[in-house]
Amino acid sequence: MIAELGQLGLSLAFALALFTSVFGFWQFSRGRVSHEQLARGLTGTALLTFGLICLAFLALMSCFVLSDFSVRNVAENSNILLPWPYKIAATWGSHEGSLLLWVFMLTGWTAAVALLSGNLATGFKVRVLSVLLLLQVAFLLFLLSSSNPFERILPAALAGRDLNPLLQDPVMVIHPPMLYMGYVGFAVAFAFAVAALLEGRLDPVWARWTRPWANAAWSFLTVGIMLGSWWAYTELGWGGWWFWDPVENASLMPWLAGAALIHSLAVTDKRDALKSWTVLLSIIAFALSLLGTFLVRSGVLTSVHAFATDPKRGIMILALLSIVIGSSFVLYAVKTRQVGLGGKFAPVSRETLLLINNVLMVTALFTVMLGTLYPLFAEVITGRKMSVGPPYFEAVFAPLLLPALWVMSVAPVSQWKQMSFMETLKHVRVPFVLAMLTAIAIAVFGGKASPWSFVGCAAAAMLFLATIRHALHQLAKLKANGGSRALFDRVRVLGLTYWAMIVAHIGVALFVAGVTLVKTYQLERDLVMKPGQTEKISDWSVTFIGVDNGSGVNYKAAHGVFELTRGKGTTIYLLEPEKRQYVASGQVMTEAAIYYSLLGDVYISLGEPDANSSETEQAWGVRIYYKPFIAWIWIGCLFMAAGGVMTLFDKRYRRKKGAVA
Amino acid sequence: MFKSKFVKRLLLPLAIVGAMAVTVYAIINAFSDNLTFFYTPTQLAQGEAPNDRSIRLGGMVEQGSMQREAGTLNVSFRVTDMKNTITVTYTGITPDLFKEGKGVVAEGMMKNGTFVAHEILAKHDENYMPPVLKK
Repeated sequence: MIAELGQLGLSLAFALALFTSVFGFWQFSRGRVSHEQLARGLTGTALLTFGLICLAFLALMSCFVLSDFSVRNVAENSNILLPWPYKIAATWGSHEGSLLLWVFMLTGWTAAVALLSGNLATGFKVRVLSVLLLLQVAFLLFLLSSSNPFERILPAALAGRDLNPLLQDPVMVIHPPMLYMGYVGFAVAFAFAVAALLEGRLDPVWARWTRPWANAAWSFLTVGIMLGSWWAYTELGWGGWWFWDPVENASLMPWLAGAALIHSLAVTDKRDALKSWTVLLSIIAFALSLLGTFLVRSGVLTSVHAFATDPKRGIMILALLSIVIGSSFVLYAVKTRQVGLGGKFAPVSRETLLLINNVLMVTALFTVMLGTLYPLFAEVITGRKMSVGPPYFEAVFAPLLLPALWVMSVAPVSQWKQMSFMETLKHVRVPFVLAMLTAIAIAVFGGKASPWSFVGCAAAAMLFLATIRHALHQLAKLKANGGSRALFDRVRVLGLTYWAMIVAHIGVALFVAGVTLVKTYQLERDLVMKPGQTEKISDWSVTFIGVDNGSGVNYKAAHGVFELTRGKGTTIYLLEPEKRQYVASGQVMTEAAIYYSLLGDVYISLGEPDANSSETEQAWGVRIYYKPFIAWIWIGCLFMAAGGVMTLFDKRYRRKKGAVA
Repeated sequence: MFKSKFVKRLLLPLAIVGAMAVTVYAIINAFSDNLTFFYTPTQLAQGEAPNDRSIRLGGMVEQGSMQREAGTLNVSFRVTDMKNTITVTYTGITPDLFKEGKGVVAEGMMKNGTFVAHEILAKHDENYMPPVLKK
């Protein structure tokens, strides 16, 4: 019954979105109905489809929570023994469920645009909502025709096949929603761009409208990717945080496009420049989100996340992808001249610096795309299987993105339109000297320095110091110019968007510092340990106590106990890694144990029991890693996301109608 | 510094084109260095694989072929595609889904008729089989 209710919600939403968007476009072109009326109608539809999809989503969720194994999707991705938080997470653990989540997010964003766009010009609002509703139609059609999450099976299954044990992790409960909020959020920026192209008019107001939406989407995507990376670190048992797996790359590409987009939107907003570039980036960011969905959900990749193997679906997503991307690029090609390039600027100016970073990010994006898609195309054409290793991505990424950090250090002190290069560099003299000293100190005291680790540390320190200096300098300047003496007032005068930039850039510095330090100073040791044996790693001592039998609700486990002490310290930390075997699927999973700290994690996971030892003195294969500063990677990402979220609260973007045309 | 306006005008585009050429060259270079090809035991047995660069070997771990050396992390096993088998050696902790009778992908090089792997790839799906075996 509940499943049928959900099915009904999906079908109604599809019919409603189809009718309103087609009817809306038709009436709009004939000019019969006033814009106000149309806008009201579209707003109503957007809210209604959101309500209906909410209903469908909740219906699927309750099927999972109530373990209704007559629904195929539930039978295949849940189990009677599964703890309830994972039953909820299983709602989006499968192909069908995750597409429903996609559509759910899309209707959610559409409803948000409908509600929060009181200050949009009415004609523009009509176009934006129509584009978003058309996207809903396309995705609902795909969902209903090839991936219906509510399909029944007869006879019903007894206990369900179980959720993939890898996905049974607290982080995996929130990773997909965050990631999809980001992916789908770029649909809003895309709809704004398409609407502007249709209207043939692009002004700073358009950029101001788009900015908060793009920032929000990018922040969600940042958190989503960060959670995925953290999950890989804790759950895959390899201690790495990024594998350059095609599925990870699929999320990195829209992220890079999004990062470029939010900066070029800033230029268009402030200076009315780089207009067609900004529009192009809006389209590319969403196109890459769709490509990401295609790569992960079509089954073209045999990798961690690609659980779908139905070629029909792949072809449908590909068709959807080509129609959306193809038509928007055609529109772009036809209309971009009308839109124009926008404001002029000198070769040495803040616009140029931002453009340089944009180009660097887009280049990085295409190198990732080459490494991700080439093996797929090559296999289709030559029939040979191949893969591109992580060393490729590492070799191209550092040289492309480290210069970007230097530009980021300088850009905030640079001037719009035109500036003196030497004058600008004066502002970053002190941070530069301090950053160099920091990098030298790290190389001298830390040892093991390589040219890349030096450059990485220097760039991160430079960005951090230059950003802090800039904030302090701005505050001091306000005071000198007769601003309020109270620090709080001066902080407020600078505006939330300014502080958002400061926070996000500090995040980038922390991230790069973390990546560089963990890459340079990590220690990895795989060995066989007997009970009682002690192993030194960095200044930690790890003692293997033994392995006993443990169990959870839906698994049995070999449960290891390790004692951890630092230096000559007397505090003992217990680490308890497990090797689990899940009852329903029989799948074996390594659960690492990690001691977290800001300065470095100790990471222990169990391998196999040693072949030739007695049962009482059973030795085990053990993996002990020391990961210095790895936490900075995730903290850095959180800072970046926090920056994006802060901009949403800036009053600048909440001006009422009237103020804009 | 520069004599004529003409030279000045030409310099910027030339610098941009030069930078692009260097970047593209570096990318393509890194790319071709790190392209790893995939081989089956039969292809290896016929000597089709190069000896001087890392390759991937895919197949099934033969039943009863796995030997773990006591007190070390050395493992040896045979990979088969039902026509030929190749002996693989590896030192380290093997992934959870690495089992006899299951699919495996190993990365490494041939040395004296043995495949010395430096990585055993985790395939996080119990039902995964290298495409070669599906046919």
